[in-house]
Amino acid sequence: MLNTILTPSSPASAPGPMLSHPARILDIKEEAYAIATYRIQFEDPALREAYRFKAGQFNMLYVPGIGEVPISMSSDPAEPGVIGHTIRYAGNVTRAISRLQVGDVMGVRGPYGSAWPLSRIEGEDLCIVTGGIGLAPLRPVIYHVLRHRQRYGRVYLLYGARTPDDMLYEDEFEQWKQQGIKLFLTVDRADAAWKGNVGVVPMLFYQLRLNPKKTTVLTCGPEIMIHFVIHEAIARRIPKERIYVSMERNMKCGVGLCGHCQFGPTFVCKEGPVFSYAAIEPFFGVEEF
Amino acid sequence: MPDLTPTIGAFASVEKAALQSILDALKGAGYTLIGPTLGEGAIIYDEIQGIDDLPRGWRDHQEPAAYRLQRREDDAYFGFVVGPHSWKKYLFPPRQSLMKVQRKDGTFQVTDEPDPPPRYAFIGVRGCELQAIHIQDKVFLGGPYQDAHYKARRQQSFVLAVNCTEPGGTCFCASMGSGPRAGAGFDLALTELDDIFIVEVGSEVGAMMMRESGWRPAGAFELQQAREALAAAEKNMGRHLDTSDLPNLLYQNLENARWDDVARRCLSCANCTMVCPTCFCNDVLEVSDLSGKNVERVRVWDSCFSIEFSHVHGGNIRPHTRARYRQWLTHKFASWIDQFGVIGCVGCGRCITWCPAGIDVTAEVAAIRGEV
Repeated sequence: MLNTILTPSSPASAPGPMLSHPARILDIKEEAYAIATYRIQFEDPALREAYRFKAGQFNMLYVPGIGEVPISMSSDPAEPGVIGHTIRYAGNVTRAISRLQVGDVMGVRGPYGSAWPLSRIEGEDLCIVTGGIGLAPLRPVIYHVLRHRQRYGRVYLLYGARTPDDMLYEDEFEQWKQQGIKLFLTVDRADAAWKGNVGVVPMLFYQLRLNPKKTTVLTCGPEIMIHFVIHEAIARRIPKERIYVSMERNMKCGVGLCGHCQFGPTFVCKEGPVFSYAAIEPFFGVEEF
Repeated sequence: MPDLTPTIGAFASVEKAALQSILDALKGAGYTLIGPTLGEGAIIYDEIQGIDDLPRGWRDHQEPAAYRLQRREDDAYFGFVVGPHSWKKYLFPPRQSLMKVQRKDGTFQVTDEPDPPPRYAFIGVRGCELQAIHIQDKVFLGGPYQDAHYKARRQQSFVLAVNCTEPGGTCFCASMGSGPRAGAGFDLALTELDDIFIVEVGSEVGAMMMRESGWRPAGAFELQQAREALAAAEKNMGRHLDTSDLPNLLYQNLENARWDDVARRCLSCANCTMVCPTCFCNDVLEVSDLSGKNVERVRVWDSCFSIEFSHVHGGNIRPHTRARYRQWLTHKFASWIDQFGVIGCVGCGRCITWCPAGIDVTAEVAAIRGEV
């Protein structure tokens, strides 16, 4: 006998949350060594029409016979008909994606997860702090801010890459600056042409004067970087509730049913990947947690 | 002669042999009977045809890292507790095809028409196990995304529960509030006395299955005997676990030295997660034919004790056994409550019995509480 948890109105089997839909690759842009942005479009016109995503969410991308990988959207959420994913070739599935060409098909299901709190932080100064490919899930925020520039105060982008060649979206930087985003860039290792900062991302905080009363920090990157970003933000009296972090865990099903992405009480695929630091503070930085 | 169909909530008394008529009625209604039977040197769950397949006259002696079948002095039908199997094997199979993918003409097609789900009658579900099924209901059906495969199997399953009158050496259901008496959600629940079964009717379908059993309303003395047996069982638990304030206890002890201690004993073999009736972590395998054109996506049980479980590009979140054991224990007793509103442990004791190193969760929690 089944208890009352099942109500007749609860969604039944179809369409299954694990069902992947074919999407065609419209173009591939090499961003840096082993990193490229894929712009894709659902084959099914109805899906193309209906699909929406929020900045910070992710899709499960699928290569039949190889498997799935969670990748956040890096394109403009206001134009969801064509979805952008910036992918680093790191594992089985992403290497299989690297062998796909324009016109090829991959599977997509989503969007999943929580989003950056774009409406809640209107009127505030934004301090976007990213390292490496961590800029990808924040590019939708930048696009949103540029579309609604007057709704936000000062916008800082602190971004670090290993070398100048590893910088993503460099060709867009000029436009971002012109529209009032203040860029602070750094690299771990400079080349001869690099005139900017050398060093880790959190050090860039020392070049800013943030107003702790109205600044929100949005950060994504290696966990160790996030750790020090939080440290710098708190040292500047920015409240924990206004520090937002995008976490990375092993997201396999995307719908909170497989257990792999657990981070303390949360499933990163469901309650995350975007968390306020206040929500995860007891668990953040606990070694191997 | 009373009405042939008892009312829901009624307690009936039947001769022991009449259990066969209940099982026959279930078979007649199209159910496949799954119940305890001797196999693999243990009492396992498998398809049974009738009461002769039950491990009548056997008991299972259980201690940490020890399981032995022993002959009983009587020929009780249910004089044992739980073995290495649990019902999740049938509701959430260890290997299940989710969908088939065919690559064709540069694109792919997915078919996820599931096979018609089997119609199971689970015979001999203990209180702890019924609670475990309720917990997996919350996991697979309680959230925004429901698992259609689980739902289909669960919806048409029949539960014949058995109340435990002789707890085992690793049992602690009384601590977890899941037994020894089966809680709500059964169709029929048996209590075995010396020469009769008391049958509590839990559903309309359950009542229907009683029609041919020659039941009579249970007498006051019989009911008292059953009550006393269950009350005694509650006092005879092999183990005890203090559940007070568990989430805070564990969250505040994420760096307790006990994790290092248990990591020296734990083999990270995943046995505990395989025998656990609530553990639900799973993976999806991509099974392809040689041409690569026909792919099946197959869901398999996974375990937080495997090193790849937490893999992200560049490494694993939990490379050490210490972190993996901590993940498992804090999930069961703390974060499970945050996630699903219930403790993830039912006190069945399987993880203690089947741990090759004899690690005892009740002792580990007590040690973290500072009671050792």
